[in-house]
Amino acid sequence: MKPSRFEYFAPESLAEAVALRDAHPGAAVLAGGQSLLPIMNFRLGRPEQVIDLRKASELAFVRVQNDVVEVGAMTRQRDLERDEGAARANPLIAESLRLVAHAVIRNRGTVGGSIAHADPAAELPALLSCLDGSVEVAGVRGRRRISAGELFVFHLTTSLEPNEVITSVSFPALEPSWGWSFLEVTRRHGDFALAGVCAALKLDGDRCVGQVRLAACGIGTTPVRLSTAEEALLSRPLTEKALREAGRAAAGYVTAGDETQASTAYRRQLVEALVRRSLLRAAARLERRTS
Amino acid sequence: MTGVETSEAVEAEQKTSLRVVVNGTAYERVVPVRRLLSDFLRHDLGLTGTHVGCEHGVCGCCTVLVDGRATRSCLTLACQVDGLSLTTIEGVKSADGGLHPVQQALSDCHGLQCGYCTPGFVISILEVLNSPDELDLSEEGVREMISGNLCRCTGYQGIVDAVRQAAVAMGRDGDAGKGAPA
Amino acid sequence: MTSAPSFGTRVRRNEDERLLTGRGRYIDDITLEGALAVAFVRSPMASARIISVDTSQAMALEGVHLVVTCDDIEHLDTEMPLLIPDPSLTSPRTQRPLARGEVFYVGQTVAMVVADDRYVAEDAADLVEVVYEPLEAVVGVDRAVASGARSVHEGVAGNVAAHSRQRSGEPDAAFASAEHVTSVTVRVERSSAAPMEPRAVAARWDSVLGELTVWDGTQAPISVRGGLASLFGLDEHRVRVVAPDVGGGFGQKVLLFYPDEVLVPWAAVKLNRPVKYIEDRQENFLGSTHERLQVHHIELAATRDGLVTGLRDSFLHDTGAFIPYGLAVAQVAAGQIAGSYRIPNISVDFKAVYTNTVPVTPYRGCGRPHACFAIERAMDVLADDLGIDRFEIRRRNFIGTEEFPYDRPGLIFADGQPVSYDGGDYARALSLLEEALDPPAFRAEQEAARSEGRYLGLGLACYVEGTGLGPYEGGHVKVHPITGKVYVNTGLSSQGQGHATSFAQIAADEVGVSPSDVVVVEGDTGEFDWGVATFASRAAVVSGNAIRKAALIVREQIVHQASQMFEAAPEDIVIEEGKVFVQGVESRALTLAEVATMSNPLRYAFNKAAQSATQFTPAARRDGAALAEGAHPGLEATDYFSPASTTWAYGVHGAIVEVDPATFEVKVKRYVCVHDCGRMINPMIVEGQVIGGVAQGMGGAFYELLDYDAEGNLRNASLMEFLMPYATEVPRVEISHLETPSPRNPLGVKGVGEAGTIPVAAAFASAVEDALAPLLHGHLLDVPLSPTSLHAATRAG
Repeated sequence: MKPSRFEYFAPESLAEAVALRDAHPGAAVLAGGQSLLPIMNFRLGRPEQVIDLRKASELAFVRVQNDVVEVGAMTRQRDLERDEGAARANPLIAESLRLVAHAVIRNRGTVGGSIAHADPAAELPALLSCLDGSVEVAGVRGRRRISAGELFVFHLTTSLEPNEVITSVSFPALEPSWGWSFLEVTRRHGDFALAGVCAALKLDGDRCVGQVRLAACGIGTTPVRLSTAEEALLSRPLTEKALREAGRAAAGYVTAGDETQASTAYRRQLVEALVRRSLLRAAARLERRTS
Repeated sequence: MTGVETSEAVEAEQKTSLRVVVNGTAYERVVPVRRLLSDFLRHDLGLTGTHVGCEHGVCGCCTVLVDGRATRSCLTLACQVDGLSLTTIEGVKSADGGLHPVQQALSDCHGLQCGYCTPGFVISILEVLNSPDELDLSEEGVREMISGNLCRCTGYQGIVDAVRQAAVAMGRDGDAGKGAPA
Repeated sequence: MTSAPSFGTRVRRNEDERLLTGRGRYIDDITLEGALAVAFVRSPMASARIISVDTSQAMALEGVHLVVTCDDIEHLDTEMPLLIPDPSLTSPRTQRPLARGEVFYVGQTVAMVVADDRYVAEDAADLVEVVYEPLEAVVGVDRAVASGARSVHEGVAGNVAAHSRQRSGEPDAAFASAEHVTSVTVRVERSSAAPMEPRAVAARWDSVLGELTVWDGTQAPISVRGGLASLFGLDEHRVRVVAPDVGGGFGQKVLLFYPDEVLVPWAAVKLNRPVKYIEDRQENFLGSTHERLQVHHIELAATRDGLVTGLRDSFLHDTGAFIPYGLAVAQVAAGQIAGSYRIPNISVDFKAVYTNTVPVTPYRGCGRPHACFAIERAMDVLADDLGIDRFEIRRRNFIGTEEFPYDRPGLIFADGQPVSYDGGDYARALSLLEEALDPPAFRAEQEAARSEGRYLGLGLACYVEGTGLGPYEGGHVKVHPITGKVYVNTGLSSQGQGHATSFAQIAADEVGVSPSDVVVVEGDTGEFDWGVATFASRAAVVSGNAIRKAALIVREQIVHQASQMFEAAPEDIVIEEGKVFVQGVESRALTLAEVATMSNPLRYAFNKAAQSATQFTPAARRDGAALAEGAHPGLEATDYFSPASTTWAYGVHGAIVEVDPATFEVKVKRYVCVHDCGRMINPMIVEGQVIGGVAQGMGGAFYELLDYDAEGNLRNASLMEFLMPYATEVPRVEISHLETPSPRNPLGVKGVGEAGTIPVAAAFASAVEDALAPLLHGHLLDVPLSPTSLHAATRAG
């Protein structure tokens, strides 16, 4: 389990990285390496070039401004998890990060790396989808922004061009009027989720759902925004009936087939339960946050 | 099994020079760019206390501190730590050169059997007990704290007990929280 | 100062300091100047003909020293030995070091590469071109024995390697007259020991001396030495096998031979350079042996009030593609199938079945967890069928304290001896569990919880464990004259069991020193080369008693020597804390080092003690020879222990769990273990063995299975997907010890290495079933239990 041979580049700047990326469209971009290195050690991936972003220090930052938490792609997950400004602006970020693997993996794993890897069972892509976040990418022809909805295409596949690099990830803030929750079920602590549900919720004056955002991981080929479940909840109080209907709507999004650790039927039940529990937890937090 | 296509660029093994400080000693070595940090420590520097158990980041046997942070050395290329400072199990000791409180506690509480996973546990526990993060020394909290490392022998109970004993010895039990001693 | 015996106390381990400071010496930690690295080309197919192998590209790669197939390995190109033959094993098949013509499982070794380092070796392995013609794979015991199934091996019809039948009493009559019969089919999934250190072998050939040294992470260095000597045609003392620190074994490292164990020494001789093979994790799953998969159909004949009168068990044992270790796993399961119960009439049949999967050899428990799962689940179902409490039905059937030794005539255990339990108090163990778990209080809590939609369950499982098998082990004890340290040798190797402490305690107490002054050396045929291996929970019983015998002789030697030196009566000599003196005259004490020096008649005075030991010392003058006829110099003895019969440990585990009815996650609220392994040498180490065993049992109960697809691909050959539990998945274990000394050895000990693992899956299935009873359709008869399997069990109509 040793990587095959490759040519190694450690560009000093983003511009240099982008140029290298353009020159070597088959290259692997090495951020934290916590997903890439296992693939290389198993020789499931044999990139001919590796572009290591470790020296591009301009890509490691956490900025909170204009109701957005903007996180440089090379920011270590652990740093974002500990960032007090980010936690104030959007507590769902740290809650999601604490579910990502184990702390030691988050020590090196980067925010941009996890998003670019686009594992449908991973938490950060689901979080980005839930929040309607976006990424900024850089290519030789300049920068552009891709929304979460446009970004995740398939299992381990994003809509980035082969010569583009993610520079930052933007998570919209959640004002104090929002409740939040990320719940998942894993086999072991730190494993990828059999299913996870990320929820953010705003209640209006008469305790009816004013705004709600729901996304799931582990249930299909991409993180999934549970839109029909959201619609089922709008303008209704969180009654048993509403929760059940939202759960059922969410269960309909499960496309993962029967697997050893989770049958499709089990995953559907799991999503239903997690939607319910996540919504109730978000609402309970909202109560605490606003009281 | 078919042969791999090899581009001209990777036909020759690319090497790079790197400088690191490990356990306070500075080293400079020329290594292939694909050399894993675990192999670099073990075979290039002869620091064999860092063990290799899975090479895909799950077992934690190869955990070392990179600039104070617990890191899987099997998921890190040696060249990625150029210019950084590392601590391996060989560098863990108490002020008087004896066993560090974490090591002492593991022995007192029978937190090791075959010893293969032990250096990884020592390093992982050390990072947490030295971190500024709030500590949760409840049974569940400690188990979560060490949940990035696998042990096949002990059933973890002795390790959990050892974390608590070490936390007391290091003065991390009282406030259960912030402002840990340096 | 009186020295209390260390036996029975929580002595801290002698081995810890080294292991905690990074000074362990596992095989890949041993520097061999100029060592080359090995990688294997392994079959990607479960069953296929090999059409061609082209090694030319690999050989051309810079840094590659050797690429070999079966055509190149000379006398090694032969089937490896069948280690434990048995008359019922009618169609044994063992594998060749490198496949010839055909492959039988994914991972089988086809070619070996030796290169400058492992990176290059893997590059070269990728360049070896093998053309296969795929054949239909036979996967799963049920499919393998189904009519029309293809034969894994030509000439083995029905894929049955062995068919064994054993009877005790009159089972047919018992079933014919039974008032009630309960029958269930249970399945324990395939698993792996997955030690944290994968296997490893290194070898160095000294062409000048004609000596081969092999470092092997094995549980059986002496046996490996014998086998290698035989394969290479060398005298045994020209082959030294060293098992240094070994990072866990659990049975997987006892097999001889894995292909690498013969090919690495061969390559070292061939190239006249040191060669290392360090198995990686993926290879550990694909190339090192598996265990556990058995399907039991078990029936209990009983009276209406729950007295079990007969047991019929028929099971399939998946042995994988080869059967190098014989029938050990299946035979142990068969021998223990009746567990803790009197059951006078037993019929047990099994078939060992070939499939196109990794070969199966013993893994911690070795058939016991399977048998325990079968009998304990059947007892629970019987209790439910008859409306009897699950504790009560066990109490009614336990072998009573007055019935020992309890024989099961007709059943043969894995040591070839008749099954005969030595003793214990099974009912007392159950009572202790009841006291700990308080079932009546639990039932009230369970009912209250159910009314809130929470599902609590209590389960239990009893077990017995035949431990301490022969044939024999030896012990060598020597007091060193310079340091006074007591060296102990035995023929085993340790993979974490704490031999360096437990054996030290035994010797320390007899010789009269502190355990920290005893140095245990094992795992090196250069130090001691009579013995068998570490397996079957036998080290404490067999080596422990051998060491005690040797230590007693050394103690006599010390007393004899000291009584001469002090001109005192032997019964007045005291040995304490390494000091030797005449009772009441401690001020004139000699150190053990001095006594050891003086026990050796010297010519040269190299230190103070030696001055008085030379032949020129007036005190040493005597008539005749310095050494009496039949005497030997020094304080040193070797003795052996060969048990006539097995010792039987036993116990009962109980669990309280809560199952989430929506997600089917299981939370363990209590886990209680009552066990009896005879007299405990070191309770701390015993608890470590038990708790570690429970954690592996947790793996089998809830998490671990090897997931083969229909084509014979192992889908989860990684620790990412083979779900070995972390600390977060393992509960705190509460332990109660019982200590019934075994009458079958002087120390009164029984083995404990495997005990913790045995009943765990059965106890959890019992508990989870109890929790989900209102939702379940039927019983939980398959492990591991996963959320998705529990979900399915509540859905099945």
